[in-house]
Amino acid sequence: MSKRVSRSSRTMANLAGIVVFLLCVFPVYWMVNTSLLTRREIRSPDPTWTPLGGTLDNYRRVFEGGQFLDALRTSLMVTLATVVVALAFAFLAAVAVARFRFRGRRSFVVALLLIQMIPVEGLFISQYKMLESMQLLNTVLGLTIVYVASVLPFTVWTLRGFVAGVPYELEEAAMMDGCSRFQAFFKVTFPLLAPGLVATGVFGFIQAWNEFTLAVVVMTSDQKKTLPVWLSTFTDVNRGTDWGAVMAGSTLIAIPVVVFFLIVQGRMVSGLTAGAVKG
Amino acid sequence: MTTSGPSRPNRPGSLLPLGLLVPAVAALALALGYPLVRQVILSLQEFGLAQQFGKPAEWVGLQNYRDLVADPYLWKVVVRSVVFCLVNAALTLVLGVGVALLMRQMSKPIRILVQSGLLLAWAMPVLAALTVWQWLFDTQYGIVNWLLTHLGPDFAGHSWLLEPLSFFFVATVIVVWMSVPFVAFTVYAALTQVPEDLIEAAELDGAGPWQRLRAVILPTVRPVLLVVALLQVIWDLRVFTQIYVLQKAGGVTRDTNLLGTYIYRLGIGGGDFGTAAAVAIFMLVLTVVLTAPYVRMMLRQEDAA
Repeated sequence: MSKRVSRSSRTMANLAGIVVFLLCVFPVYWMVNTSLLTRREIRSPDPTWTPLGGTLDNYRRVFEGGQFLDALRTSLMVTLATVVVALAFAFLAAVAVARFRFRGRRSFVVALLLIQMIPVEGLFISQYKMLESMQLLNTVLGLTIVYVASVLPFTVWTLRGFVAGVPYELEEAAMMDGCSRFQAFFKVTFPLLAPGLVATGVFGFIQAWNEFTLAVVVMTSDQKKTLPVWLSTFTDVNRGTDWGAVMAGSTLIAIPVVVFFLIVQGRMVSGLTAGAVKG
Repeated sequence: MTTSGPSRPNRPGSLLPLGLLVPAVAALALALGYPLVRQVILSLQEFGLAQQFGKPAEWVGLQNYRDLVADPYLWKVVVRSVVFCLVNAALTLVLGVGVALLMRQMSKPIRILVQSGLLLAWAMPVLAALTVWQWLFDTQYGIVNWLLTHLGPDFAGHSWLLEPLSFFFVATVIVVWMSVPFVAFTVYAALTQVPEDLIEAAELDGAGPWQRLRAVILPTVRPVLLVVALLQVIWDLRVFTQIYVLQKAGGVTRDTNLLGTYIYRLGIGGGDFGTAAAVAIFMLVLTVVLTAPYVRMMLRQEDAA
């Protein structure tokens, strides 16, 4: 395609590309920049464009009072529990769907697709009532229960692709060499699934770590906020927002997600539209 | 995704695969199935503050729904949600497809630059992105007001969230900024699959760039565009986080509620769980109707695989 593009349209495209790049990157840059500025620089009439001679004061303030650490602990517990449980449950289901033929298999797949599209906003009222009656509001267990269900469909769907991607013939060969069905699966297929499990697990981590709606519904008490809910309280209208600290908090929350996302995105992008792309 | 289909010839009636499904099905039934049933029941009951404090809920049949249909405010929220959804989805699609088409024309280093920028925006957690944009649009020290004031109009001290229209403008900027990367990447991936000789043949036949785009390129990526558009509509109909947070940051709740925040305010905010459940059911039905074509499309691929 490079031959066909005329020089003038290439220059135009390059210029537009630089604008797109700036629009994407500037907010992120501004977050990091502000997080390193002093209060005086943030509140000056003219913006300070670079954090040269900056300060880590904002980060110190984030850790003050322990609320950030409380939220970090809650977020980590919920996220890790969600990932571990969802991955285990999804793995079993994915093996069943990808390796067996049974009645109800298709209905299960249809159900997964449908469930994946259910908006949490359409269900959180009764999820709240359920957790309330189970006395699980403001508990890690309660939030984990609803998170597992919301991560599960996509996890099964993606893992199924990974399991199906390992040729069954490999297992057959192992069985021919005297392995039992289970041995064949766990010695041959399972190791080949490791990258898929890691990618899917990281994806679940990102989802649970970022989730806001259910967190704000289930975790109402101040001591039980997850990181996103904690962050959201800073910009409430009636408190003079300490933008330096908010930006430092945003940066801290974003770092693990951005790193993880860059690692797995290639594997995940295909998931949603797989097949349609093949044309 | 290469799905070769299930090839294991297992004995009929084997219970093993069903056993493997039990944990997943149980988790979904507990956290989604049970609440769904309960929500239908709740929507048929009078369940307000009195019930919250122990008074048994009273069956009212379809009364909650009848009240809602008669309530002009609900329709306002519905129309607002649909318009917001369509505007956001359309903007996201146009910009996403535009960026994808541009990426074909760029020189390679610039393309890599653009792709890393898009990836960064895509990777940002919702709440982090949301707070940064609030800071950019901040009334007193925000850089948007500073920039506009320097360009001419006096925006010093302008509050972006007070006016509903301006509130939705900010929300749209944030939603679109976060959604364009997905569309751009997906469509670009599809564009790279368009056979080069097809485009060249069209060019030899005298088709200009615009004709090539309309007659050759877009039809080839049509299936992808359809899926992306549908997903975008479904996602933008349920926007909650951005609206909720911006409302708390200074928006007028009543004038800026969309379906998601309306349900939240009715139920968890106001204690009227019966009505909230009815609105939620309405939203679910709307989503199912919108989702049906997507599910059908995915299933066709599933059967073809």
